[in-house]
Amino acid sequence: MKERLEQLKQEALQKVENADSIQGLKDIRVEYLGKKGPITEVLRGMGKLSKEERPVIGQLANEVRESIADAIEAKQTGLEDEALEKQLEEESIDVTLPARPVHVGGPHLLTSIVEEIEDLFIGMGFEIKEGPEVETDYYNFEALNLPKGHPARDMQDSFYVTEELLMRTHTSPVQARTMGARNGAEPVKMICPGKVYRRDTDDATHSHQFTQIEGLLVDKHVRMSDLKGVLNAFAKQMFGAEREIRLRPSFFPFTEPSVEMDISCKVCGGKGCSVCKGTGWIEILGGGMVHPNVLEMAGYDSSEYSGFAFGMGPERIAMLKYGVDDIRHFYTNDIRFLEQYHKA
Amino acid sequence: MLVSLNWLNEYIDVSAYSPEELAEIITKTGIEVESVEPVAEGVTGVVVGHVTSCMQHPNADKLNLCQVDVGEETLQIVCGAPNVAVGQKVAVAVPGAVLPGNFKIKKTKLRGEASNGMICSLQELGVDEKDVPKEYAEGIFVFPEDTEIGADAVSELNLDDLIIELGLTPNRSDAMSMAGVAYEVAAAIDGAYTLAEEKVETIDEKASDLLTVEVDDPEANPYYGAFVIKDVQIGPSPLWMRNRLTAAGIRPINNVVDITNYVLMEYGQPLHAFDYDRFGSQTIRTRRAEDGEKIVTLDDQERTLNSRHLVITNGEQPHAIAGVMGGAESEVQEDTTTIILEAAYFAPSVVREASKDHGLRSESSSRFEKGVDPNRVERAGKRACELLQKYAGGRVLEGNASFDKLDRSEKQVTVRTSVINDRLGTEISNEEMADIFRRLQFVYNQDGEQFDVTIPTRRGDITIFEDILEEVARIYGYDNLPFTLPEGESQAGGLTVNQQLKRRVKAYFEGAGLHETITYSLTHKDKAVMLVSPEVEEAAESPVGLAMPMSEDHAYLRLSILPELLESLSYNVARRQENLAYYEVGTVFISDEEEVTKQPSEMLRASGALTGDWTSHLWQQEKKAVDFFVVKGIVEGLGDQLGLSFTYEKAKLPSMHPGRTAVIRHGGRVIGFAGQVHPKLQKEFGLKETYVFDLNLEALFQSYEKEETFRVIPRHPSVSRDIALVVDEDVSAGAIEATISEAGAPLVKDVQVFDVYQGEHLEAGKKSLAFRLLYLDPVRTLKDQEVEEAHEQILAAVKDKHEAELRG
Repeated sequence: MKERLEQLKQEALQKVENADSIQGLKDIRVEYLGKKGPITEVLRGMGKLSKEERPVIGQLANEVRESIADAIEAKQTGLEDEALEKQLEEESIDVTLPARPVHVGGPHLLTSIVEEIEDLFIGMGFEIKEGPEVETDYYNFEALNLPKGHPARDMQDSFYVTEELLMRTHTSPVQARTMGARNGAEPVKMICPGKVYRRDTDDATHSHQFTQIEGLLVDKHVRMSDLKGVLNAFAKQMFGAEREIRLRPSFFPFTEPSVEMDISCKVCGGKGCSVCKGTGWIEILGGGMVHPNVLEMAGYDSSEYSGFAFGMGPERIAMLKYGVDDIRHFYTNDIRFLEQYHKA
Repeated sequence: MLVSLNWLNEYIDVSAYSPEELAEIITKTGIEVESVEPVAEGVTGVVVGHVTSCMQHPNADKLNLCQVDVGEETLQIVCGAPNVAVGQKVAVAVPGAVLPGNFKIKKTKLRGEASNGMICSLQELGVDEKDVPKEYAEGIFVFPEDTEIGADAVSELNLDDLIIELGLTPNRSDAMSMAGVAYEVAAAIDGAYTLAEEKVETIDEKASDLLTVEVDDPEANPYYGAFVIKDVQIGPSPLWMRNRLTAAGIRPINNVVDITNYVLMEYGQPLHAFDYDRFGSQTIRTRRAEDGEKIVTLDDQERTLNSRHLVITNGEQPHAIAGVMGGAESEVQEDTTTIILEAAYFAPSVVREASKDHGLRSESSSRFEKGVDPNRVERAGKRACELLQKYAGGRVLEGNASFDKLDRSEKQVTVRTSVINDRLGTEISNEEMADIFRRLQFVYNQDGEQFDVTIPTRRGDITIFEDILEEVARIYGYDNLPFTLPEGESQAGGLTVNQQLKRRVKAYFEGAGLHETITYSLTHKDKAVMLVSPEVEEAAESPVGLAMPMSEDHAYLRLSILPELLESLSYNVARRQENLAYYEVGTVFISDEEEVTKQPSEMLRASGALTGDWTSHLWQQEKKAVDFFVVKGIVEGLGDQLGLSFTYEKAKLPSMHPGRTAVIRHGGRVIGFAGQVHPKLQKEFGLKETYVFDLNLEALFQSYEKEETFRVIPRHPSVSRDIALVVDEDVSAGAIEATISEAGAPLVKDVQVFDVYQGEHLEAGKKSLAFRLLYLDPVRTLKDQEVEEAHEQILAAVKDKHEAELRG
């Protein structure tokens, strides 16, 4: 019987070895391990054996059974893998074919610049304020030390709606409004971005609508050196740590003393080139210490409170930073322009 | 302001500095130097020559053959200038000379005759056309007779001078004169300068015997001084004076006019010369013009005046518009012998009005408009008398006829060193402070740290403490201020909820595939009221317009962002960029007044416009044009971002496709619309099928609530059931969906249309809509029976409400 089992085992293993399909394996399983199979038959004949032989043969029969089952299992896995591999081979694709595009839009360059500046000042503890684009003459001019008939009103010819209403010519009225709302008591630390309008014919360097960002800090004991420190921190973060700043005296009706800030030219590093017109410096913003008349009109005691303000043009910054050569690009919305500035 | 370096150097020694260094110093102390440029660049080898003979070229009618003595030799030169003549001293570019534009002069032959050089016009030497005296405009320049033969013409004509262009801010009108610039430079470099005393020799006659001055409006004209100069001989002014005027950008005319202009540049005080004999009376009366009164000005224009304008009259007729321009009638001419020289103070606002009304902006008006130095008015008159005597042979009458109510007092401002340091963040000592005032030539009284500073009237811009603060800061040097950070209590900066939402909305649109645009708020009237959302359409009846627009295209404030967005699409499509998805977040302007008197309200809206392909992936045969449902999807996604749900209702809106447009509501309130632009309008913009949306972001932000409580994640399986309903074709899917949701509540969690069919298998006028319903109870497993019951209820409800039949 022992021999018979060994023989069956060899026979079966050989058949498994030679099997070339899953069905073939199934047939082998039925043939050898099925209820009518030879091993079952052997087991059935065990009654004839002695008590001593019975467990030995039984164990052997089980071992044979198991080894056949294991062999079938192993072979089946092998065949399945082979089949899968073949199938996957057939499924192979040309990975160099074009992708199914994921269309993602993006922000306008001016928005990116404005938000970058907002975030820099938020980091320094400033809040963001907004105000109306159709302003009263009072907030746009008078509250900023530009009474009617003031010659500096010529500097920014305006679009009037009525005698008392106009398209704001700068974002400075937001300063006056914000200060006014604090009843002359609390400090103010804010920046205000927004659209402004001037009577300019649109050309490569002028736009009747453009963007401005103004900043204002009012508190007790605000010094001009604070303005210098804050602008320096801003410039280094915005334009790079290696850039230097310089303040020059200037004039704005709403600040005294007034400054203009230059940053060292990125192209030549300050040596002088065509970009900076040989000066080594590029003008970037204007500002100064808030004029006492402006503080007083907003309800602050100018002997107790002082402050600084500054304003800049995101278009100009964008033009300097990216070399955009025509301000009209910001408003024609040519897709080929917009898409250039979509990377984060 | 154009400043000749040679001229400046005569007032204050700046030779220790290179022009670049000087420009840097001036810029840093307060006046921006815009450029430093030579009068004429790159001219060499031009000498003064004497024309010893001049005859017609044998082979050319319009050319002359000249022999020119240039000192070392005599050159034969062919010259085409009409004004060349024997005896003239002329500028000769000898062989080897270089003219502007690197034009090299060589020996040559012209029509067979040797020409060994070139006799030059001022233009050929690089002088700006507009600065060339009229008599030399069409020909060569002629030097005064006494000019030395062989002298360097470049330096004789001051062409090697450098011109510093100052960009003056409106407050620094004190630097609109050479004297003012000299004071400024003196303070900047710590040099010495004071305006020299005038030296006039007068004759025994008195000006006041010949003239009387009457002033009607002392506020407009607080000072009027009239000097009288007899026996003047009109002729050219000396070459040096002409050179300086040229350098300053003023065209030389004749000695009298040149002298008034020269003093204007030197003192910053405009002067005017009348021909005494043509003035027509011995009374000068200044008054407001009468409405409709007329004057012919020096430029031969007849101008109509009104009471805003001040005029100088002879008691009857106006002879000048005060501070703006003289009259033609009493203009100084070649035969003039006696002149009235006006030195006056006219109020800035009066001159500004007149120069604006008449469109006459001149060197004079621009100075009066800013306010001239009251202490220099009369002095300027004297200075002009001195020069007229020297260079026009004039005899100056003693004194002047005048009216004088001018305030010449100097203001005083008291400052303390500690307060200045506190404001600047500096540690300037009292001694340094005193030194700064000395450099500025401000007289002061010092008591410890207190300075009582007397402000010279030439610095009319300084009136308060902060003005002194600026003076101190700029002389101390802005560069020397330390860098500090504000010491006040710090606050946390940040964005408000709405500002955060706005950024989020933008990020969403961009993630959804839209490009942000920024368009103009000012638009054409037609576009201002086009594609206006229904909830604000009333305001479209009275759009807000500009009082004086520059063009019709930017005359009205937009009530919708969409028309300019369509304009942007149109711009791109015209450039063959045809697949576009744009959005803009911005304000529109809404006024409920017919005639605007108060600020319109500004409403934040989000609009989008899409055209062309939405997806295009050709090799897998995927291509889909934008349609209503793409736009609706974008709107829905925005709702998800904000946690808001919208309903859609078919609507007919102006300029929109009548069958493909929906009004969008949130909680019953209209918050915008979406749909296809009306094909007629599409055509006007040159667009193919274009879809838009427009949403009232302000209303959405108001409805936004930040969700803070946790909702249980369902652990039990949902059950889905499909139903197909046959309804009349005009029943909307949305209406049925709403009925299903209502009838199936609370178990029905989601209803989705998965098929829409209309056609041969259905009765005409009917359609079939198939829905997939999702039943769910978050806390337990649903039993079949419960689902069945709910399903029956739903079927009953849709039958009842929409006559919907289950499709067999």
